[in-house]
Amino acid sequence: MADRERIEQAVYRAVDELNKQLPKGVAVNKSPDAVLYGKTGKLESLDVVTLIMEVEDQIKAEFGASITIADDRAMSQENSPFLTVGSLTDYVAELLN
Amino acid sequence: MAQSGPQVILISGARKGIGRALVEHYLGQGHVVVGCSRRESDLRHDGYTHYCLDVADEAAVQEMFSDVAVESARLDVLINNAGIASMNHVLLTSTAKAKEIIDTNFIGTFLMCREAARLMKKNRFGRIVNVASVATPLKLEGEAVYAASKAAVISFTQVVAKELASFGITVNAIGPTPIDTDLIKSVPREKLDQLINLQAIKRAGTFSDVTNLIDFLIRPESDFITGQVIFLGGV
Repeated sequence: MADRERIEQAVYRAVDELNKQLPKGVAVNKSPDAVLYGKTGKLESLDVVTLIMEVEDQIKAEFGASITIADDRAMSQENSPFLTVGSLTDYVAELLN
Repeated sequence: MAQSGPQVILISGARKGIGRALVEHYLGQGHVVVGCSRRESDLRHDGYTHYCLDVADEAAVQEMFSDVAVESARLDVLINNAGIASMNHVLLTSTAKAKEIIDTNFIGTFLMCREAARLMKKNRFGRIVNVASVATPLKLEGEAVYAASKAAVISFTQVVAKELASFGITVNAIGPTPIDTDLIKSVPREKLDQLINLQAIKRAGTFSDVTNLIDFLIRPESDFITGQVIFLGGV
């Protein structure tokens, strides 16, 4: 079972990479409650694409595993995995395990 | 942002034909060139690295791009040239052959574009050129699956151009006319002459017709040109 903390750190590194690419004044906090997308989220849809791509890259670097986060399964979840940093981390952990 | 000095250019189908001509052309201009093809290349040059792979093999393609990321930390240009053709009547075309053509010509283009764009995006600069074919607009009999696979490349180019525009990546396609390469070696002379007669400019294409057009599309100044398909010879 992949270590939850290592997954979280990988997601946070992806958030760092995303933040470097966001306009001034816009940033995602490195906390499980940080909202990504949806009514109160700060990100544009392309920013979410960037974050997902960065998370896939970080997971590959950390675990040597290629995962596809945005697939039909993710899109059909009752609660979208892309709402918060925490829900994204949970979903990645589910994919890895 | 465009880098000054040598660019990093990746070319598929690099062992022979148009791909080989492109490799030699860009090495001659002092660029760093990465090539791939299913078989080993006999080209030896300090600026050239060759990978033996099938462009439809996801793991192999991803490994090549990981190497490029480590070695060069960037990719400026991708030329999706790898392609196969099989001239046959639709009634005689096997499913296996149809799948093989779609895999190489379309899935290969999709995979290479996806992986290249992930790398180009980090630098907010990229030029992708996909090689389509005049077989699509000319609706050539005997080339149904090949023409369809290249039609897919054209549609893909036009949509992906929109999806990647905000990352500073342009995506265009070129449609060469017949050029004397292995791809058309089994096409009868008479058929080729008929095809050339359908062009506004009635002559066979040359490698320099192709390099000239690609040179134009990959220039940093061509950053306002994307989603376009340019056919050679006036097709």
